[in-house]
Amino acid sequence: MAASGCRGVRSILWKYGSYGKNLFVSRSKMVPQLPLRQIYVASSLWKKNLAAAGPQKFTQEFIDKQVEEFEVGKRHLANMMGEDPETFTQEDIDRSIAYLFPSGLFEKRARPVMKHPEEIFPKQTAIQWDAEGRPFHFLFYTGKQSYYSLLHDVYEKILAIERHQDKMRNKGLFTSDTKQILLTGSRWLLKEEIEENLVENISVQDYMRLIQLMELLLSMPYCSLEEEFILKFRKQLEVQSSKYEIPALQYDPQGVAFSVADGRRKSAKASITLRDSGSGNITINGRNYLHYFPVLQNREQLMFPLLFVGMMGRFDIEGSVEGSGHSAQAGALRLAISRALLSFVSEGEVEKMRQAGLLTADPRIRERKKPGQEGARKKFTWKKR
Amino acid sequence: NLHTGQYYTLPAAHIQKLFPHGLPPRFQLQIKTFNEGCVMVRPPALELISYLKKADYSKPPLRYILYGDVGTGKTMCLSHALHYCYTQGWLIVHISDAHLWVKNCKELLPSSSRPSRFDQPIQASQWLKNFKITNERFLSKVQLGYVWTKRERTEKGQPLGELVDQGVNRMKSSSDVVGAVLRELRLQAGGATEGEGAFKLAVAVDGLNALWGKTSLKKEDRTMCEPEELTLIHNVRKMMKNNWSGGAILTALSQTGSLFKPQSAYLPSELLGEEGFDNMEPFVPVSVSNYNEKEFESCYLYYLDRNWLQHSHSRSEEGKKELIFLSNKNPSILERLCAFL
Repeated sequence: MAASGCRGVRSILWKYGSYGKNLFVSRSKMVPQLPLRQIYVASSLWKKNLAAAGPQKFTQEFIDKQVEEFEVGKRHLANMMGEDPETFTQEDIDRSIAYLFPSGLFEKRARPVMKHPEEIFPKQTAIQWDAEGRPFHFLFYTGKQSYYSLLHDVYEKILAIERHQDKMRNKGLFTSDTKQILLTGSRWLLKEEIEENLVENISVQDYMRLIQLMELLLSMPYCSLEEEFILKFRKQLEVQSSKYEIPALQYDPQGVAFSVADGRRKSAKASITLRDSGSGNITINGRNYLHYFPVLQNREQLMFPLLFVGMMGRFDIEGSVEGSGHSAQAGALRLAISRALLSFVSEGEVEKMRQAGLLTADPRIRERKKPGQEGARKKFTWKKR
Repeated sequence: NLHTGQYYTLPAAHIQKLFPHGLPPRFQLQIKTFNEGCVMVRPPALELISYLKKADYSKPPLRYILYGDVGTGKTMCLSHALHYCYTQGWLIVHISDAHLWVKNCKELLPSSSRPSRFDQPIQASQWLKNFKITNERFLSKVQLGYVWTKRERTEKGQPLGELVDQGVNRMKSSSDVVGAVLRELRLQAGGATEGEGAFKLAVAVDGLNALWGKTSLKKEDRTMCEPEELTLIHNVRKMMKNNWSGGAILTALSQTGSLFKPQSAYLPSELLGEEGFDNMEPFVPVSVSNYNEKEFESCYLYYLDRNWLQHSHSRSEEGKKELIFLSNKNPSILERLCAFL
């Protein structure tokens, strides 16, 4: 058991060392089987409260077998679809499964799925003490061993950097302008994400403490030595504005540039042709916008994209809209105008428009009426007796 | 044409006399706020006035119809032209809104003189009062004689003023008085030569389509009333016929007060209906449209000058562009928009 003890320490450290990946401790291979009952938990893709799930219910053996089966199945699937088994990615798998098992279920999570077992079986902590009840990790009695050992590691690294600094000073090679780590475009991992990595619950104060330590590490001049370590805790943010597809700029026979775009709001659909002709006429469904939208608010909605970009009297707008009510139609037209304007406007402006909320489709729809209630929220008259 | 876009001040005394009931209510508010009544000179009004200048008054009167979209300024142009006539010394018969006579009438009496007609005493007496205010100097000149009821009669040679007074005082016969007044004026307008009795008659009707449309009034047995059956309407229709001479008929259509007509209708053929169109043919149509650039500029500067646009943003170029967009250079919408800026 002592042998298993030190192996357990190593395994836990190893477990901790690869964040987000293999947390399953390869204990059971090295050690005779403990009398564990395998209880299969229903699989679900969303991560549940992993720390509360308790020590592992799947054995490592079982997981490994699943992984093997997955790989073999992947190759079979690639063969079935007639594609190359070597370069068969997860996206291809998803596509093939959706093709082979078409499902009409509305709940996406209920549809058939084939993913790597690591994504399906939730990560769990291994048993953290040996047969005699002695814990493997030296920080077990703190209660949050992974968290505290992480803090311990970070502090060790800080000390290491300070020692390195002193050495450089002694040699006389100390400079402040060393290579800095690029932090733009990324953010610290959230508390939930760190919890997921450590398979442990941590409190808000613990999280703040961890982030403070990381910031301290970053503040030192020679932090680039630990760049790889730090970047494990940062998540890249995608550039949002690259997501929008800009409608193509087409040209009339007369040489007038125009673009076509659609917009939707709450079951109102609008389609717009934006012409670069130089007058400010707006025709909707064949009628002048002043007649179609007698309400000032709706006309203001139409005006906002053009005003924001500053191209008020430049465009001719010809639009058709149907469905829903007047406000929703105005909202749909506004979205359509903003999208059409994307092709006439520079990159920086696109980002500004996105931040102004012009390009976001309003997700609000009419709430469903529930049984036992008058409407979506209104209840029947409450009678005490 | 040099004057388009300029603002033309109506003297306060004239406003009181000429338009006791004639101007649109929002314009009246504006007069009260700004302490002066300024009308913009616009091409339709100039056109009308030039026609009036050139017309031959020995022939039957020309009928001018001002038509256009909602809120483009038909009533204002009409008032402008009417003011011109007033300054020239014409006798003005001005019906400010014919729609008021075909809806919301509280009292509908069967006519005393003719069995199948209906009288509207309140509206008639109201109109007679306004008529009196407008045309005071003419009231002593005109002579006539009529029979009213079995008990009252006006002898020949009585001046018009007395007749009007009688109509104002005796509500019952006021509608008939109106009819009589109109008939007399028609007969006498071109009749007398230069000299004491000569005057030119300007008949101005706003909301012309009310005369030939439907009413919202009901008879006692709950059937709908036709406009024909109303004395006032009948008399005004007779005025519209050009079987007299020595004057002009200026009219304007109006969709806002009209009954049972869709909002998109603004052409004479649509609003007048077949009957009305046939009756009014031939006529000179004058179209009124939204402001053009120059006129909009002038209106904007006027509001600025009067400190009506309080918001600092409205003084900038951007603000002006916003105003242009939001109102699409429609006069009434622009006015309503600036009202809360």
